[in-house]
Amino acid sequence: MATYTLDINNAEHTVEVAEGTSLLWVIREHLGLTGTKYGCGIAQCGSCTIHIDGSPTRACIMRVDNLKEGQKITTIEGLSENGDHPLQLAWIEAQAPQCGYCQSGQIMQATALLEGNSSPSRDEIKTYMNGNLCRCGTYMRIVKAIELASEEQIATR
Amino acid sequence: MNTTTPSIDRRQFLKTTSGVALFIGVSGMLPLAISCKNEKEIQLQLEKHPLTAWVQISEDGQITIYNPAAEMGQGSMTSLPVLFAEEMDADWSKVKVAFSPQDVAIYGTEGWRPGTRILMSAGSRVTKSYFEVMRNAGAQARYVLLASAAKHWQVPIAELGTDQGFVINTQNDEKIGYGELIPYLEMPETLPDFTPEQLKQPKDFRLIGRDIPRTEIPTKVDGSAQFAGDVRLPDMIYGVLERGNLHGAKPTLTNESEILAIEGVLKLVPFDYAIGIIASSLEQALAAKKLLKIDWSDAEATGFNSEEIFDEYEKIAAENKKGRIITEIGNVQQALRSAARTYTVDFKNDYVCHAQMEPLNSVVQLTEDLKNAEVWAGSQQGGDGKLGVPEALGIPPENVKINLQYLGGGFGRRSMTDFVVECVTLAKEMAPRPVKLIWTREDDLTYGAYRPLSLQRLTASTDRQGNITSLSHCVVADNGNLATSGIRNAYYDIPNQFAESRGISRGIRLKHWRAVGHGPNKFAIEALLDDIALDQGTDPVELRRKLMVKSPRALATLEKAVEMANWDTPSVAGRAKGVAFLERSGTLGTGICEISVNRDTGKIKVHHFWSAIDAGVIVQPDNVRAQMEGGILMGMSSVLKERITMVDGRIQQSNYHDYQLLRFEDIPETIETEMIASTEHPQGVGESGTPLVACAIANAFLKLTGKRLRHLPFTPNRVLAVLNN
Repeated sequence: MATYTLDINNAEHTVEVAEGTSLLWVIREHLGLTGTKYGCGIAQCGSCTIHIDGSPTRACIMRVDNLKEGQKITTIEGLSENGDHPLQLAWIEAQAPQCGYCQSGQIMQATALLEGNSSPSRDEIKTYMNGNLCRCGTYMRIVKAIELASEEQIATR
Repeated sequence: MNTTTPSIDRRQFLKTTSGVALFIGVSGMLPLAISCKNEKEIQLQLEKHPLTAWVQISEDGQITIYNPAAEMGQGSMTSLPVLFAEEMDADWSKVKVAFSPQDVAIYGTEGWRPGTRILMSAGSRVTKSYFEVMRNAGAQARYVLLASAAKHWQVPIAELGTDQGFVINTQNDEKIGYGELIPYLEMPETLPDFTPEQLKQPKDFRLIGRDIPRTEIPTKVDGSAQFAGDVRLPDMIYGVLERGNLHGAKPTLTNESEILAIEGVLKLVPFDYAIGIIASSLEQALAAKKLLKIDWSDAEATGFNSEEIFDEYEKIAAENKKGRIITEIGNVQQALRSAARTYTVDFKNDYVCHAQMEPLNSVVQLTEDLKNAEVWAGSQQGGDGKLGVPEALGIPPENVKINLQYLGGGFGRRSMTDFVVECVTLAKEMAPRPVKLIWTREDDLTYGAYRPLSLQRLTASTDRQGNITSLSHCVVADNGNLATSGIRNAYYDIPNQFAESRGISRGIRLKHWRAVGHGPNKFAIEALLDDIALDQGTDPVELRRKLMVKSPRALATLEKAVEMANWDTPSVAGRAKGVAFLERSGTLGTGICEISVNRDTGKIKVHHFWSAIDAGVIVQPDNVRAQMEGGILMGMSSVLKERITMVDGRIQQSNYHDYQLLRFEDIPETIETEMIASTEHPQGVGESGTPLVACAIANAFLKLTGKRLRHLPFTPNRVLAVLNN
């Protein structure tokens, strides 16, 4: 057992867990931030996508002891105060989710895409998002939501 | 209808400053207004009067409507309350939705079988089976409000109307909000039953048929939507099971003391088919699971090699004795004897798995005396809605409280209750502590319950004019029952038909998988039709026009799809279109896809998919479109990529690296859906897209290459083998 202090969504959290514990279990079961989901545990589905210093990361294969001092973690809960990040609003406008289970990870991945490339082409979107699975088949609407948010971003500049 | 006067004083309703619960009877039961804060009083009243509680109104006009069905992404959390709110004439902007209690006597539907109430979210029947239930309940709620306003204003009820949350006096335009009416609420002596004519007419619909943003989507984009695996309770501990990869095999644990010595492990729980571990944390449970040393017995599936089994299935199809007869129309033998041409074709499909994004899980807490249970689960319900828990514990259903959660995908998997009953078994050992059971993705895939592997042998005959005079369809499958849906051809004018199923047990766990038997059976039927069309030099659409001569609704979907896809204009070089028609869950649909094939890799690319459906009255158009899109993508995934295989009975796949699903890179450029306008009763749409895919793709492939795909999935290897043959 060891103690770890994590900066998650700009708040400090301290946990006592065994070395090697998956960051996903720390976030979900120990800290109760359950918006990040478990889908496969082997980084094949993207449901557990969070940001570490703004970079999308699969929390499932990240050991809590591999985090470096000062790294900032963002989960879906920390993306916005009121669920009103432009991507979240676009997601609602496109009525993208069905069961919703993969959507936190999809949104976190998409956020990183738009932060790096404000007007991605359809092909660029598909390539960037390809690591995120959706069994319900909402891919078409996710692409639409990202395009909407990107247009909105450009329009409000 | 019950017309006896209640024994309590009608003025005697309790209210608090935070509002009143308006419990509205569905079948003419006398309703009561009860404080929604006073749970004890509610319970007392519910015992005295079998009531149904569909809506709560508070004084500020906020309305909570109950959804009796499961929400697995198919939209019940919106479409059912929309039906209620439409008839209640509620202000939708003030509506919130909550899951109803899992109480079948109150919230069940007879839509599956008249005379029997069940709670069940499966078979694409939620909207269909609750359409009248919700509308009647909403109309009765409106009636109570009108009657109360009439009494309050001392005017005849006939002079009153409603308008989106207000009762209006049509004589003087005075109005009062539903919430403001609460102090004056009075229960009428009797509640009318509403005939269909007395309910709103389609021309007056404000909500039904309009796109209403789904009520729970905001919580699905901000991470707050709760699934069963998200539940956290004080003193909660974790359970996992090791079930192995041979279904039904019995475990002998050989290192029990080593496991019990692991930090955090609290208990080992034996099952017939698994070893259960209970631990303080999830990571401790999972770590211990990896260290289990188990000797597994043989099981029924021992020796079963799924890749080699089709020879045996072909032999069974060739046997003279018939299996279970499903269709027998006219005289197929005679038609075959007098035929100008006959066709016999075999079709095959491998097992597929649900692979829903949320691996199975549940949370169960028992009282120390084991006499009461509380359950949190994302379930498709079933029967009395108590998920097998009363039987597992030997306690009455009323002692079991089910807290229904959102499902991270259902597709038929979550109407099985194994993942709940397992958790009950664990929770029994640790009562009163709540136990959270997690299935890993490996558990979920390897110990899944699959769509059966099957062989279809079809024989058709045509006369000298090219008319199809008979169709004979034999399906050989692991569990005959699961493999027979879709075998009927009610919309094709084929005068002689025979269909049967021959069951064979392999000891593999099986289940309904989205569209059940329709995927494989419609693949067979629709691909055979295109075979015949090619042989005759007929256009496949023209062939179907002839077959649909007595089915105008089917024909309408065909013509619409043909128009959408520009069927009569040939595709550009290297692409081709394929068509398929089927009926599923009462919805008629024609699908057309356009594909290309990479002849070096064997990869099929779907460029476009068009579908036209007749699903009766459409309650939520955009949601229907979403279900068709999602169903078609799931269809593509299973048709092009997915297979579960067994070697010596052992399941060979375990996670998304070896059971691959369709990804963003493989989506079509467009998926378009049109809904034929209809006043017929709403039908089911959730499973209407998926089964169109195999046949549409196979038929497009035939057009493009002249070659035939017969074995699902159409993996690149299989495509190459067919191309190079």
